[in-house]
Amino acid sequence: MHFEYNIISGDFSNAGSASSQIKKVLKQLNVETVTIKRIVVALYEAEVNVVAHSFGGTIFVDINTEEILLRLKDTGPGIPDIKLAMQEGFSTASPQVREMGFGAGMGLANIKKNADKLEIKSEVGVGTEVTIMVKLNE
Amino acid sequence: MKVEEIVKALDLKIFSGEKGLSNEITNGYSSDLLSDVMGSAEAGCVWITLQTHKNVLAIASLKELAAIILVKGYKPEDDMAAQSNEENIPVLGTDKQAFEISAELFNLIKK
Repeated sequence: MHFEYNIISGDFSNAGSASSQIKKVLKQLNVETVTIKRIVVALYEAEVNVVAHSFGGTIFVDINTEEILLRLKDTGPGIPDIKLAMQEGFSTASPQVREMGFGAGMGLANIKKNADKLEIKSEVGVGTEVTIMVKLNE
Repeated sequence: MKVEEIVKALDLKIFSGEKGLSNEITNGYSSDLLSDVMGSAEAGCVWITLQTHKNVLAIASLKELAAIILVKGYKPEDDMAAQSNEENIPVLGTDKQAFEISAELFNLIKK
């Protein structure tokens, strides 16, 4: 199964809608609740990152019997220092975003904790691609 | 314990999501950081917060939380209340601050 969702930069009112739709699909597929919970946390955080930090992007979701693969591709601005971005507590979020309770620097840590594989590729001026894999039969 | 029981016991206002008043409560979680709740709250929790925007409901729905209590007299924004009605997750309110209402809810649940 393949799904795609567009994410608009700064569109916080729709943040989480892709996660919500994928959650419904996984429930229909009878994926274990524990696994669905992990996927939902990882996807929501990744989705919010694209809304909060990028110029916009697309989520590509592929589900087979073994695993779910989430690819979030944005059109920039790119992450200059991925190692720094991965540090818990580090955030470049604006004061407005922080006031909403986002931007605590916990997002990537939440993704890493819940994913079986996390890969971040980024080029400044080009964009970022985050790939998250979660096994479905653990 | 059901949401309607804590509404009575803690004298909470009901802003929206009335259809979810029979949701079962397992625990509580007090935080204003969305990623903290996303990462650590369990299903069935009552979320105590001062955040009043729609994203609170997105998280509550994804995490299958039982209800939300807004502290210090805060009211939900219109789209938060609308989403709460759609998801059947009640948004409740109190004039008390988070520490006090958390303690009261804790004592009520742990009885």
